[in-house]
Amino acid sequence: MTNLTAGALSPKEAIDRVAATLRRRRSAEFRFRFWGQAAIGLALGFLVLLFGAIFSNGIPGLFQHYVVLDVELNKQRLDPQGDMSVNSLYAGDAEALIREGLLAALDNPTGRSNTRAARGIISSGSAQRLVDFVYANPDLMGQTVPVKFALDDDIDSFLRGFIDRNTPEADRRINDTVIQFVDKLMASERVSYEVSDYLFFGSASRDAEMAGIRGAFIGSILTLFICVLISFPLGVATAVYLEEIAPKNRFTEIIEININNLAAVPSVVFGIMGLAVFIVLFGMPRSIPLVGGIVLALMTLPTIIISSRAAIRSVPPSIRDAALGVGASKMQTIFHHVIPLAMPGMLTGTIIGMAQALGETAPLLMIGMVAFIVDVPGGVMDPGTVLPVQIFMWADFAERMFVQKTSAAIIVLLAFLIVMNASAIWLRKKLERRW
Amino acid sequence: MTDTTMTTNAAMTETRMEDRILPDKTIGQVHVEHPRMTARAVDVHYGTKKAIDSVTLDIGERQVISFIGPSGCGKSTFLRCLNRMNDTIDICKVSGLIAIDEQDIYDPSIDVVSLRARVGMVFQKPNPFPKSIYDNIAYGPRIHGLANNKVELDQIVEMSLRRAGLWEEVKDRLDQPGTGLSGGQQQRLCIARAVAVSPEVILMDEPCSALDPIATAKVEELIHELRAEYTIVIVTHSMQQAARVSDRTAYFHLGKLVEVGETKQIFTNPVHELTQDYITGRFG
Repeated sequence: MTNLTAGALSPKEAIDRVAATLRRRRSAEFRFRFWGQAAIGLALGFLVLLFGAIFSNGIPGLFQHYVVLDVELNKQRLDPQGDMSVNSLYAGDAEALIREGLLAALDNPTGRSNTRAARGIISSGSAQRLVDFVYANPDLMGQTVPVKFALDDDIDSFLRGFIDRNTPEADRRINDTVIQFVDKLMASERVSYEVSDYLFFGSASRDAEMAGIRGAFIGSILTLFICVLISFPLGVATAVYLEEIAPKNRFTEIIEININNLAAVPSVVFGIMGLAVFIVLFGMPRSIPLVGGIVLALMTLPTIIISSRAAIRSVPPSIRDAALGVGASKMQTIFHHVIPLAMPGMLTGTIIGMAQALGETAPLLMIGMVAFIVDVPGGVMDPGTVLPVQIFMWADFAERMFVQKTSAAIIVLLAFLIVMNASAIWLRKKLERRW
Repeated sequence: MTDTTMTTNAAMTETRMEDRILPDKTIGQVHVEHPRMTARAVDVHYGTKKAIDSVTLDIGERQVISFIGPSGCGKSTFLRCLNRMNDTIDICKVSGLIAIDEQDIYDPSIDVVSLRARVGMVFQKPNPFPKSIYDNIAYGPRIHGLANNKVELDQIVEMSLRRAGLWEEVKDRLDQPGTGLSGGQQQRLCIARAVAVSPEVILMDEPCSALDPIATAKVEELIHELRAEYTIVIVTHSMQQAARVSDRTAYFHLGKLVEVGETKQIFTNPVHELTQDYITGRFG
């Protein structure tokens, strides 16, 4: 027999050697922890920077400046046909009445340059606003009432301090007369700074002070609705079929590999496919949420399928055995036990997919959802755009106010995402069962 | 030093075991007078590997038969053939004849769903559904349409829980999750779930291996009572358990049914050397 004690250490030697390695192990552990914490700290720092940048720009973007003017609601001039119809009101001379109210607030300056300067102070959408106001309050007709109008975006930027009154007049976007008028309005306390109704209830506009996200928001909801309607049932059904029913052979293996590859395909490729198939081949209209939803559904399908399959696989086999053991058929086992137990995981995957779809721009550009559309889409067949595309478009505009509106829209998009994720977590907690 | 010795010992046991010749034919009484299930020359293959080699065995009506044998001897595989649970494994191929009341269970005209309603199963690990205690029991009767109304269903649930000796413990919390019970209670819940569809045969795959001795005693007591109405097949690793609960005992070795007979005879007077060695604890 071999001598088993050869080369063995005495207990004392062993303790010394262990002590020597102990120090190395401790410092390795310390270094590991330090780098981990440093990485997390860096990530948090960037997150704070990101949110700081968005919120510092975006929070002011949620507000804008308004001016209150006393407008004479002259029945004859506002409503020439006298039937209070929309047509009649639009044919009326709302613009002149507002101008008169504005000039009155400025102590009636005379001269063409003065009136022109005054006209530039308020938003060009003011006539529309007055018509809407009269339409909503017909009893006020004939009286002189205070009405609130948005200030032009240049004036707004000036009031926020983005335009310096000390720069030479020629280099400024607004001239001295305008500044003088604005000062007068400020002094008479007619100007207010409040939550922007245009941002939340307005639609796309080239005028920064009137631009809003309502159209894009509704467009996003419609697009996501189509997206989830198609991708969730299709994704879950595919996952169930591949996991529970399909035979495991070369063919299903190829399908599986392709699904995994599809998850890595750049989203713009799905847009090109949508353009080629749905718009060119099937002749569907451009810019509609229906096509956008279908394209995004195709894009999110792999995500949903992969996470649903993982969820199904994590259902313990003992539950399937139990169901089969009491005589449940394969379909009963799947629908009564496997799917309910896998549902939280499937929902998580779906919400991740939806969140991805909500933030997607590239494929929607390809199918024309980048068009300038003022009307709020009333259905999935109406042309529209979505929040991220709206943000993308606004980011392209030069006006100072669009910078803030872009950040404000990003905040709304983030809030949308947070609400979606929170509801997903809530739903998952509610459905989650332990076994 | 001790290590080396042990390895040598183990190797020696191995050679000794190899020396034992598996019998060509099962020793003892494979046939009984009133068989509920019969197996004739059953082979099971996992892919190319033979897991069960020509097993012929009768399972008597209202009897408890236990399958014993070392790990990997095929006793669980054979058990799972009896209600076609092996169907779920793609590579598993069963040949030979298995019949219940003289009806071939692998015949294409037999619906596996109705077979499993007649041959219930209790698994090694308690596996209640993550539903209420009531729904655990009611699930089988519901899918098979055994109850015409709520009152009948309530009766089935109560009867099943009473048979499983669980009624008194859970009658006040039927709406609570079955997974909240203790391990032993969960296993009895699973037995109640199997009983609820009124099967003729109940298969038990090591039902007590995850339970403590007290819970085990309760389940054994239950098996004792269930024998009056059901045919029970139990796979067990505990020879004491086999001796305590079963009328007949079958000893499996390397996929072959080596010896079968009255439990008393198997434990007191085994014929084959392998059975003898296993019973006396020489290997296992």
